[in-house]
Amino acid sequence: MIRADGQGHMEYARGMEAIGSGIMDAVLAAAGAQDFSAFSEDDARRALGGRELSADGFAALLSPAAAPLLEQMAARARAETRARFGNSVSLFTPLYISNYCENGCVYCGFSRDRRIARARLDPAGIEREMLSISASGLEEILILTGESRRMSDLGYIEGACAAARRHFRVVGVEVYPMDSADYARLQACGADFVTVFQETYDTGSYGRLHPAGRKRSFPYRFNAQERALLGGMRGVGFGALLGLADFRRDAFATGLHARLIQRKYPHAEISFSCPRLRPIGGGAAFVPFELGEAELLQVICAYRLFMPFANITISSREGARFRDNAAGIAATKISAGVDVGIGRRGAAPEPAGDGQFEIADGRSVGEICAMLSARGLQPVMSEHLYV
Amino acid sequence: MDDPLRLGTHEFSSRFILGSGKYSLKLIRAAVENAGAQMITLALRRANPGGAENILDYIPEGVAILPNTSGARNADEAVRIARFARALGCGDFIKIEVIRDSKYLLPDNGETVKATAALAEEGFTVMPYMYPDLNAARDLVSAGAACVMPLASPIGSNMGLQARDFIRILIDEIDLPVIVDAGIGRPSQACEAMEMGAAAVMANTAIATAGDIPAMATAFRKAIEAGRAAYLSGLGRVLPGGASASSPLTGFLGGVEGAEND
Repeated sequence: MIRADGQGHMEYARGMEAIGSGIMDAVLAAAGAQDFSAFSEDDARRALGGRELSADGFAALLSPAAAPLLEQMAARARAETRARFGNSVSLFTPLYISNYCENGCVYCGFSRDRRIARARLDPAGIEREMLSISASGLEEILILTGESRRMSDLGYIEGACAAARRHFRVVGVEVYPMDSADYARLQACGADFVTVFQETYDTGSYGRLHPAGRKRSFPYRFNAQERALLGGMRGVGFGALLGLADFRRDAFATGLHARLIQRKYPHAEISFSCPRLRPIGGGAAFVPFELGEAELLQVICAYRLFMPFANITISSREGARFRDNAAGIAATKISAGVDVGIGRRGAAPEPAGDGQFEIADGRSVGEICAMLSARGLQPVMSEHLYV
Repeated sequence: MDDPLRLGTHEFSSRFILGSGKYSLKLIRAAVENAGAQMITLALRRANPGGAENILDYIPEGVAILPNTSGARNADEAVRIARFARALGCGDFIKIEVIRDSKYLLPDNGETVKATAALAEEGFTVMPYMYPDLNAARDLVSAGAACVMPLASPIGSNMGLQARDFIRILIDEIDLPVIVDAGIGRPSQACEAMEMGAAAVMANTAIATAGDIPAMATAFRKAIEAGRAAYLSGLGRVLPGGASASSPLTGFLGGVEGAEND
């Protein structure tokens, strides 16, 4: 079993599927070896001028030395984004169906230790929420749960995916990591994209921040994307929760993780999320390594230049001004009509559950579409066909 | 001059196939009109029948829709997407795109051949996007394709005719129309492809990323028409060495033996 005493977070708990991948060791070794203070502005300039970004070039663009080049990075990121994606920006919304959680993550609003209103939508509640979202014109949905395998078991999530398949064309899940056979079951129900945030790739911080629950196993979480692809998923999303540890090293590890997965599974669609740690409800703000908007944009541009073909999602944790401008530079996906609580959209009869964090951009689908159009961007509701 | 592009049982006077992805729906009509295009591609994964902002509503009447199977990673998925297109009422054209590489988006010729055989059998007019390989192109002909659509360079790259020599081989050896697809970045490159004998050119990103989309569509139309006219006219000779030698190398023929020593 996983222990809650500061040890054991680099092990698998009993029963967890171990796939024997070497990607984790490669990422941790490369991320650990990077010295971000050693890069010069010339290093960053060279990386920016090259045809394809190496891992070292990616690190150079994440380094403090690249900060004066942010405008040039943004210009090149925009050119790459437009060449690959044209002026299309995809819309989606997250649907939180349960906020029960067995983990004790220090920074998270859903943590089992936090006194928040807990809720779990029943099938009728899920249907109501989906109808409400569907009526807004959205065709892509991301189903989220807190990480409780008891309160949101696989069958429950399967049911939600099957319901989503009836209302939406694109269905993704962001739920607790599971075995490849479980991912295959979700895929068969209609979900075909899996997002898992590693939170931080700094294993020491990870151990401290995740004192209890299955989430404590760093390797099981790390290999989730690979298990999802082995289970037949079309694509996988990556994200470090920037601010938990050194954001440059975390962003570097996130990029390299995604890159090595793409090298091993070339068909996989890759997506980055770029969440910054936000204040949470039911507890004090916890942001050990704060980063500003310029640094967040530097990370986003570096992701775009390292993997020009990847989708990049800008979280509703960020304000409208930042999201709107990021969509014009590098983002290809943006959420709209966001509510991170449980059952608050569809006027459910049962009490609603509290949200995971405070959102900074609560604009509706119509408002986001109008914003994109005003910027000469094309809102796209569906970018995939499930067959 | 009567010079139709024949695809299966269909004929077109325009040799410019326009992509519809990557730019605002409101610009589609102007782009089609300026391009003089009679065929426009449609990514089924974007089509939204009955929903808001449906791309089908923006395509002018009388323009043939060429649905593509983008998103398919193997022949089986391409076949299912094609059937979905037919069920939506998009007609019998299908552009096969089978891609299992998310970085370069290079087509998988082997799976493309399989999908072509299956869909031709079902009565589709199959237009396969391919990597320019002669053996694969011959297999596509045998599988019942209506044309072959080799890439000029990686899709979206605007790098032009990087695969020039291999496309030339297809033009020389394949009896079906060879339609250059993907990577064409400038009207001059489209013109060159047509001069080489390509039957048509398909372009998307070059237009979608232009400063003035309708104006660039016009520029491409003119370039493609010029290239076609040049091809049909027979290009003027280009001498490899530059100019003609003033003393012909073969001038000795017909002379008298021993005369050169006089």
